[in-house]
Amino acid sequence: MSAGTDGLTGRTAAELAALVAGGEVSAVEVTDAHLARIEALDGQVRSFLCVRPEVARSAAAAVDAARAAGEVLGPLAGVPVAVKDMFCTTDLPTTAGSRILEGWQPPYDSTAVSRLRAAGAVVIGKTNLDEFAMGSSTENSGFFPTANPWDLTRVPGGSSGGSAAAVAAGFAPLALGTDTGGSIRQPAALCGVVGLRPTYGRVSRYGIVAYASSLDQAGPFATTVADTARLLEAMWGHDRLDSTSIPSAPEAVLAGLDAGVAGLRVGVVEELAGVEGIQPEVRSAVDAAGTLFEKAGAVVDTVSVPSVEYGLSAYYIIAPAEASSNLARYDGVRYGLRAPAGEVAQMNALTREAGFGTEVKRRIMLGTYALSAGYYDAYYGQAQRVRTLIIRDFSRAYERFDVLLAPTSPTTAFELGAKTADPLAMYLSDVCTIPTNLTGACAISVPAGLDGAGLPVGVQVLAPALGEAVLFRAARALEAGFAFTARPALAGVSG
Amino acid sequence: MTEVRTGWETVIGLEVHCELATETKMFCSCPNDFGAEPNTHVCPTCLGLPGSLPVLNERAVEFALRVGEALHCAVPTESIFHRKNYFYPDMPKNYQVSQYDEPVCGNGWLMIGDKRIGIERAHLEEDAGKTSHMGGGGGGRVHGAEHSLVDYNRAGVPLLEIVSKPDLRSPDEARAYVAELRSVLEAIGVSDVKMEEGSLRVDANISLRPAGSETLGTRAEIKNMNSLRSLARALEYEAERQAEVLESGGTVVQETRHWDEEAGRTHSLRSKEESHDYRYFPEPDLVPLQPSDEWRERVRAAMPELPSARKARLMEAWGISDVDASVLVATAGLADYAEAAVAAGGGASGRDVTNWVTGDLLAHLKESGRTPSALALPAAGLAELVKLVADGTLSRPLAKEVLSAALAGENGGSPAAIVAARGLAQVSDEGALAAAVQAVLDAHPAEVERYRAGDDKARKKLRGFFMGTVMAAMKGKGNPGVLNRLLDEALPG
Repeated sequence: MSAGTDGLTGRTAAELAALVAGGEVSAVEVTDAHLARIEALDGQVRSFLCVRPEVARSAAAAVDAARAAGEVLGPLAGVPVAVKDMFCTTDLPTTAGSRILEGWQPPYDSTAVSRLRAAGAVVIGKTNLDEFAMGSSTENSGFFPTANPWDLTRVPGGSSGGSAAAVAAGFAPLALGTDTGGSIRQPAALCGVVGLRPTYGRVSRYGIVAYASSLDQAGPFATTVADTARLLEAMWGHDRLDSTSIPSAPEAVLAGLDAGVAGLRVGVVEELAGVEGIQPEVRSAVDAAGTLFEKAGAVVDTVSVPSVEYGLSAYYIIAPAEASSNLARYDGVRYGLRAPAGEVAQMNALTREAGFGTEVKRRIMLGTYALSAGYYDAYYGQAQRVRTLIIRDFSRAYERFDVLLAPTSPTTAFELGAKTADPLAMYLSDVCTIPTNLTGACAISVPAGLDGAGLPVGVQVLAPALGEAVLFRAARALEAGFAFTARPALAGVSG
Repeated sequence: MTEVRTGWETVIGLEVHCELATETKMFCSCPNDFGAEPNTHVCPTCLGLPGSLPVLNERAVEFALRVGEALHCAVPTESIFHRKNYFYPDMPKNYQVSQYDEPVCGNGWLMIGDKRIGIERAHLEEDAGKTSHMGGGGGGRVHGAEHSLVDYNRAGVPLLEIVSKPDLRSPDEARAYVAELRSVLEAIGVSDVKMEEGSLRVDANISLRPAGSETLGTRAEIKNMNSLRSLARALEYEAERQAEVLESGGTVVQETRHWDEEAGRTHSLRSKEESHDYRYFPEPDLVPLQPSDEWRERVRAAMPELPSARKARLMEAWGISDVDASVLVATAGLADYAEAAVAAGGGASGRDVTNWVTGDLLAHLKESGRTPSALALPAAGLAELVKLVADGTLSRPLAKEVLSAALAGENGGSPAAIVAARGLAQVSDEGALAAAVQAVLDAHPAEVERYRAGDDKARKKLRGFFMGTVMAAMKGKGNPGVLNRLLDEALPG
């Protein structure tokens, strides 16, 4: 640890919350330690778009004051959380990684953030992302790319690359991301941390900038499965402000985390484990995960989910279609960027031309086309039918298995710039994660070790909708088996 | 069948947008009020801020269900919302949350007299904000304006769009349909139904076809009619215009046309080729709307009496004409007022009350722009007035005077108090009346002589003179029935 951080960074949220609750350390000290580390090292990683030390410190001071007043502290009291810049925050600007929203200050908090604040968490800063969460490398950020803390010449994955990198780099023990096609799990895998995409409707979407509404779902990053569960439990559950929020109360996950996997039926998804272009070390990690499950008493077999091969195509119709409509509001009239022009339609056009990046424009065009009169049925309609087919195939698989096993990303972190000229190659990064978004189910990426180049490999466990409890139990078993504790060695960091 | 010109049949279908009178907006808890300071009734959701989400107003759904009941609509067990995508500065999200192929209300009908007008559908949607174009001497027009201001108070106000089948055959029928629909919407309490304030907006689709033909002609959509009168005028103009086009061998262009009230004509807004592709798709931020059977049953049980039923009941109970009963139910609050007057006691008959209400009172409402419930004369006060006339305390001409005084708020709007204050009570005392008659005859001996000698015609004229003079001497307060008898007795045979 660098001087002055006193061993407060690099700890789990559970440890920090206990230290703060026990009065061994103040929330302000915890926050200062993390701010100092960000100050010292984020120049290389560039995981944050915005950090305002005084804002974080004042939130931490409020936790300390509450403790001093004898109030009951929340489960995350004094724990720093890095928040993807898709979540509206009243005390920090929210940009969605886009120039079109540069400097926009929301007048309201997203439900997820307000629940974390209520649990005592301290928002340490807003993290970088692919613009409007459209991308798999964080290189589509409208501001700057983020580097992978394990190798600064490589991408952290995306779109929640800033959050994954921040947790991997020890800037915060916890982070929030959003996962529309794999945007939590893929960067978690590439950065060697845990990342969960919960069941659609479990975490409120209220106050999260929309990309593709029927696929978007917020979720946690952490260094451990237990911390991931802790962050999830602090923010999930019904929210009347999100009509698609699931009304039933979620089943506790943290409590049953260590119940083991004896007798659990695990299916290795053939089409994903053997996906075209898969890196041999990723394939080996999936096999190793299978072996670990067996050792822990689970029953492992292969399973075929034939329709997953159409997932990517369906996703790249549905997500852009919804995005083309969701992003129509960025027109320069009410907030954000406004390009000077003589009349409204021209102002709208010039604003959008100047404010949106290439990938965003590409998806708006794709989506607009897919919804056009005469094409709707062939594209959007067909994609929805594929979605139904994939849901059916997965429910058949879940008749035989409790959870499924697959790679998270076909490869480990690639070089910055390697895929920016080839959108299709970039899209293929999400081939293993997209099916979960299309089915509305849950999945988690767990670190499985390092490849030959010293880069993290992730494996993915999938469970049916509302299956978080069994998903977490399985993930915890893998975590225990892999016993992955390596951390990236950032320059100037010792220990 | 009404024909514009010989050989053509007019076919009209109407789209009525009705602002629902809910407390709050369609998808957020902002107040649904007319006339507040611009941009004061706004929140992240109705401003379409990033991250905001809609939450459906149950009351708006309930109102739609009421309309479904009133219009005999098929109400499906599930309906869904769609997004209608197009750019417009007063539409915060640049899409409108609306319903498309699965609306809340399907097939239904509305009776106009004996004719059944089909209802195609009724669907829920959100309203847009309001743009004002400022400066540049453009008189509020966008062309030449220096800048535009947008007020989002109306953005997100719930609308129900009620679409008729093309069953209307004349501008008058269209007008009657809207009048009937308006009174239904008012009676079931779902809307203010004010065309002038825009809480009821009507777009019309109109086409012509050769008389006897079953195929529909090419239609034009007419917008911007803000009264029943302008609706009828616009449709008359448009039917004539299309007839001219067709008769001169041309074809009607499918397009949207704007009614210019001042110029008394329609002009082209945009043709179909330039029309928007709205890229409808299911709104992913909302779940399907599934009104439960229990809910629908509650709505059904709580339905108030509809205007057509009320009209029939009042005609039967009060013995009033179809025309009068129609006026009572078609004017917002008027039937309520009349029924309250009858119910107030004192024996005011429905027929007498109706005569006052559809006569002088209605004229006052039109002139003052008031609603019956806002009158200075409460319904019980009208009952009192009717009683004063019936029991002979007040003559009819003086009753009119008392009515206008009461409507002006004099003496707290109490007819009895006005009669007392102005000393208007009718004199029926025979001694006093006989004395007054004799005094007039004594003062006009020449006229009495001419009466004695005159023929029937002269006598009738002179009798009128004596009566008028007596009444003038009594300041109009003499009981005319008694006076007539006394005059006949006093005049020579």
